[in-house]
Amino acid sequence: MSDVTIAERPAAGPEDILDSIVQGEGYKYGFFTEIEAEEAPPGLNEDIVRFISAKKGEPGWLLDWRLKAFRRWQTMDPPDWAKLNIAPIDYQAASYYSAPKSLKDAPKSLDEVDPELLKTYEKLGIPLGERAALAGVAVDAVFDSVSVATTYKDKLGELGIIFCSFGEAVREHPDLVRRYLGSVVPVADNFFAALNSAVFSDGSFVYVPPGVRCPMELSTYFRINAAKTGQFERTLLIADKGAYVSYLEGCTAPQRDENQLHAAVVELVAMEDAEIKYATVQNWYPGDADGKGGIYNFVTKRGACRGDRAKISWAQVETGSAITWKYPSCLLEGDHSVGAFYSVAITNNRQQADTGTKMIHIGRNTSSTVISKGISAGRGQNTYRGQIKVLSAADGARNYTQCDSLLIGKSCGAHTVPYIDVRHPGAKVEHEATTSKISDEQMFYCQQRGLTAEDALSLIVNGFCKEVLNELPMEFAVEAQKLLAVSLEGSVG
Amino acid sequence: MTNILEIRGLRACITGGREVLKGIDLTVAPGEVHAIMGPNGAGKSTLSSVLAGKPGYEVTAGSVFYKGVDLLSMPPDARAREGLFLAFQYPVEIPGVNNMYFLRAALNAGRRQRGQPELDAQQFLKAVREKLKLLDIGDDLLRRAVNVGFSGGEKKRNEIFQMAMLEPNLALLDETDSGLDIDALRVVSDGVNRLRDPGRAIIMVTHYQRLLDYVVPDHVHVLADGRIVASGDRHFAVELEQTGYAHLCDAA
Repeated sequence: MSDVTIAERPAAGPEDILDSIVQGEGYKYGFFTEIEAEEAPPGLNEDIVRFISAKKGEPGWLLDWRLKAFRRWQTMDPPDWAKLNIAPIDYQAASYYSAPKSLKDAPKSLDEVDPELLKTYEKLGIPLGERAALAGVAVDAVFDSVSVATTYKDKLGELGIIFCSFGEAVREHPDLVRRYLGSVVPVADNFFAALNSAVFSDGSFVYVPPGVRCPMELSTYFRINAAKTGQFERTLLIADKGAYVSYLEGCTAPQRDENQLHAAVVELVAMEDAEIKYATVQNWYPGDADGKGGIYNFVTKRGACRGDRAKISWAQVETGSAITWKYPSCLLEGDHSVGAFYSVAITNNRQQADTGTKMIHIGRNTSSTVISKGISAGRGQNTYRGQIKVLSAADGARNYTQCDSLLIGKSCGAHTVPYIDVRHPGAKVEHEATTSKISDEQMFYCQQRGLTAEDALSLIVNGFCKEVLNELPMEFAVEAQKLLAVSLEGSVG
Repeated sequence: MTNILEIRGLRACITGGREVLKGIDLTVAPGEVHAIMGPNGAGKSTLSSVLAGKPGYEVTAGSVFYKGVDLLSMPPDARAREGLFLAFQYPVEIPGVNNMYFLRAALNAGRRQRGQPELDAQQFLKAVREKLKLLDIGDDLLRRAVNVGFSGGEKKRNEIFQMAMLEPNLALLDETDSGLDIDALRVVSDGVNRLRDPGRAIIMVTHYQRLLDYVVPDHVHVLADGRIVASGDRHFAVELEQTGYAHLCDAA
């Protein structure tokens, strides 16, 4: 285990958390909102792709792009290299489009939302505005596959920042979308990316113009509500020369017995001197203690540092989903560009996660940092899978990777699979990995000071994850710490 | 006045293993400092572990009343919140967890139990400063992770600082003097002396007479082969230094 103590964030923060750790009763987002939805019939064929495109009133070029992706997808096989045990998925059984029929049916203000639900959000420390979003009231939430609304648009507009739903971007800024869509994750990049490209129904779009520093954290909450629907959102984020943006993404889904498919694609483009920070707290429904139900989370996230000195940083806290297959990656094309990946992944009960990153060093003097913290409890299986690739022209490339695994109990598993592919003799690539268990001595020490077993576990786990939690924006860090506690419920006995 | 601790006929074994405590009787009143001495393997550390509720031991007979309440029926964290403090012989490292944060969590857990309002960051800091001053120690350990990379002396000093902050009714000091050089021993024992209080009892478990030169006990007991075989006042320790334990052990 690392002996490095990371400096405290100023102001409040993690110090304030433990006092208010939530002792909940399992998955807190398992509610289902009764809204009449407009759904495509189950199944996937070219007609469905056309149906989705028509529903959204898309231009011909985008329909063609979708169809191209669909045809490629039909020729592809699901990847089988991950250490995941997945029952065969019937792609014809799901519905590929679900939209609330009328936004009038959604609650219009917090007064109309179940007070129990609001209490839950309050306990989790989610700010009021975000509580509203989660409840489907207003702002900036992707509810099933359709973006409900977007806040702060006008304020951002004054700075030339575009922050809107993907559908709106297609209508209002077609040139930008056309220029960048698929430029980082090509349609046939992998099975799930191709599926997403064919059937994505909405998502978020961000463009920050040259030299502009986005003054606020942009955030999107995703929620899968309807039954038997997949969610396929598409996020495209461009930071032009010298721009800066920090983006947060949160995910929840109601509790259901059947598995639901989620296959998202996120593309980031950072031009010269631009910086993008992208943080995710993923809390999709993980299934019950016996592994029944839960979200299948197959996500392709990739950022391109297109210009010199561009920086992209991924931070993720993965606590949910029955299955997570996700490798947020960086293409370090520009000279002196910098990529980072900070990850906490928890698997409890029967959850399985195969997650990590790819850092592809292409330009000169590029550097990357990978910090991965995997926590396994119950019968959870947790795999770090990472690739560090240094191409032959990448003079002065450097990578530092640290993978730490923490085991809680005797029936879980932790696996580390680093691929290192170096084609330049001068590259410096470091990999450190540790595996540890929470010791009885640590637990007793905390309990002897008055902490309950649950609080003690949460404290120790939070300490283990600290280097990653420090990379999250403050509000998210608070929420993430509480989610860690909730996710580990039942793992001390 | 209720005794802080009343141990009657306490027998305990290592779970699934040999019997270590073979009938302990001990009464401790508020304000008293007791020293429990004895040879290695006599059961000294087991006694503090059993009192604190450390897993891995099984009480087979006897009773322990703490402030008039059945101690053995309480889980370890509840004992702690009720004011029972164990200064560990080997304090445990918790990487990534800030020492101050840890202490505040512990302090507020106890305050919640007593129905007192929790301390916010500012009140907590104020309390920290007062205790640092009381113990005459620096704040160098506070910003580091709990016990991580601490020297032996720093760990023991940190235990005493935690004790000062948590203001226990009963403090068990388990071999707090072991592994300390003479300067560290002085710092730690000065701290303990400053924490002597009419409302607080302290039980020091130690192998050596040395600690008792600095922290003078009211009562001294010799624990041998799981029983208290002899007891006396503060002068008894000096006597023991000369005669050793052997004749007492034989008597047991």
